[in-house]
Amino acid sequence: MIYYSKTHEYINMINDTEGYVGISAFAAKQLGNVVYVDLPEADDEFEQGEDFGAIESVKAASDLYAPVDLEVIEVNEALADDPRLINADPMKNFIMKVEVKDASQLEELMDEAAYADFCAKEH
Amino acid sequence: MNKELYGNLVFELSHKGRKGYALPANGLDNAGALNDMPAAVMRTGAPDLPECDELTVVRHYNNMSTNNFGVDTGFYPLGSCTMKYNPKLNEEIASHRAFAGLHPFAPASAVQGALKAYWTLQQLLSEIGGMSEFTLNPFAGAHGELTGLMVIRRYHESRGDTKRRKVIVPDSAHGTNPASAAVAGLEIVEVKSRPDGTVDVDDLRPLLDDTVAAMMMTNPNTLGIFEKNIPEIAHMVHEAGALMYYDGANLNPMLGVARPGDMGFDVMHINLHKTFSTPHGGGGPGSGPVGVREGLEEFLPTPRVVRRHVNSDDQPVAEENRFAIEYGPEALGSISATLGNFAVQLRALSYILSLGSDGLMQVGPLATLNANYIKEMLKDDYLLPIETVCKHEFVFDGLRDKSTGVTTLNVAKRLLDHGYHAPTIYFPLLFHESLMIEPTESESLETLDDFIGVMHDIAREARETPDVVINAPHNTPITHPDDTEAALHPILTYDELAAQ
Repeated sequence: MIYYSKTHEYINMINDTEGYVGISAFAAKQLGNVVYVDLPEADDEFEQGEDFGAIESVKAASDLYAPVDLEVIEVNEALADDPRLINADPMKNFIMKVEVKDASQLEELMDEAAYADFCAKEH
Repeated sequence: MNKELYGNLVFELSHKGRKGYALPANGLDNAGALNDMPAAVMRTGAPDLPECDELTVVRHYNNMSTNNFGVDTGFYPLGSCTMKYNPKLNEEIASHRAFAGLHPFAPASAVQGALKAYWTLQQLLSEIGGMSEFTLNPFAGAHGELTGLMVIRRYHESRGDTKRRKVIVPDSAHGTNPASAAVAGLEIVEVKSRPDGTVDVDDLRPLLDDTVAAMMMTNPNTLGIFEKNIPEIAHMVHEAGALMYYDGANLNPMLGVARPGDMGFDVMHINLHKTFSTPHGGGGPGSGPVGVREGLEEFLPTPRVVRRHVNSDDQPVAEENRFAIEYGPEALGSISATLGNFAVQLRALSYILSLGSDGLMQVGPLATLNANYIKEMLKDDYLLPIETVCKHEFVFDGLRDKSTGVTTLNVAKRLLDHGYHAPTIYFPLLFHESLMIEPTESESLETLDDFIGVMHDIAREARETPDVVINAPHNTPITHPDDTEAALHPILTYDELAAQ
């Protein structure tokens, strides 16, 4: 199940407590070519809404926000070498694998259909 | 233009042994002095400099200069940058040998005239900003922001109020605001804008408490909209014990019309290279003077230029020693080696004095009229997200017709084909396709009409032959640089280029 935040991060849950966090295809397209990702470190903990890193494209720099309370299990180091992977496939090229601290917060996020509506209204 | 001479670096035009000078033999016996130098600092081979005849060098740089685009070349509507004309009189004043030949550490008694010029500009900026005192030391706008925030921090600390670590910054702010706050060791809190583009007072209220050091605002903001609630915001911020910081980036429309000090701001910076017509960026160093309201003067950085009629013993000071450079013990410390970019300050002083107070008061209304004229003439083709009277600049959210696939980037590049500098694009971040236009007061109606015509042409091309716009520019010396690759792997030295 994939959930989306209003700030365009996704969390792709692989079981009840673990998931991959990245930015949505919509966000990747809006940003344009990504040139730098400021990655967190494994074992870092973030509260919902807290910024866990930043992403820089040829157009803009944006903070990345934790969609739920989480602890970082691992980060996708490949992005440090080639941040353009995010543009190639933002879902496959996640930013970090996380443990969700409070699964009930997932309910506050949007599912695929709700997020599509949200993006349509953005423009 | 000669491609051969422009397209090559001067290093690539070099031929071994080809020189543009002939020095006489060294007739002085200075070998002994050189023998005393440590071997480690002595050069063993010739320096790796290009070797060209004088004519080649002259043509190379002349051709290159014609590929530079500036306000002297054409219309430069780069939003938020206030690319107004830089009057040549300013250059004449700044390059006058009485100023240009001064040593930065000359004794005050030998440079009274220069210090008087510096002091006069301090007074004029204080009057224009509604502040008590200004320092001209900061080297640029962002440096001014940092200095201003350090002043604010020092103010709170001097009162033992050490838990104020937060700076509130609107989401429409220039990127330098949060950056300066971070460099000053403070924490950034964002406040949202309302649909009309101004700061959301209801969003601000809960953010204000005894941990807030300052609120930074640009007024008019980066959307070119005047923050009408500024007295209320200043009142709320002051009630919470925090200070108001004015980012002077958009001072131009306010010049002589409204003063940040009167709006409730406590600390401000001015970008002399914007509002006061000194050259920008690569065209010359910047300058970011910082002003403070009464009660904060002691926190300004050192050194300062002061005028004294009596000395510390209450004895009259002679005319020739009236202006002094003072290193105050209470001050913030030093944020620059000397008194800032003096030649830039002179240009600003020249601009202010040559326009006079009446002239300065025409700047804002004309800049505002020009911006609103372009906005109204183009809003049928370009999407105007906030329909209101703007100040000196405004923001379109790309083309009105979103079905063509033509983006703001494409429009900006197509403008280059027509000999215009592009507007600011993709800033502010409030819209996806921001296209920010600031014509300044310098431009004639004819120039504005030509630009409006071209913008309409581009909108028509976007509908009829979108590929022409999407593949632009077609006429520039460099057409499609790989900006992603350039950001990822920048080539910054000749050695890196040669290694490719």
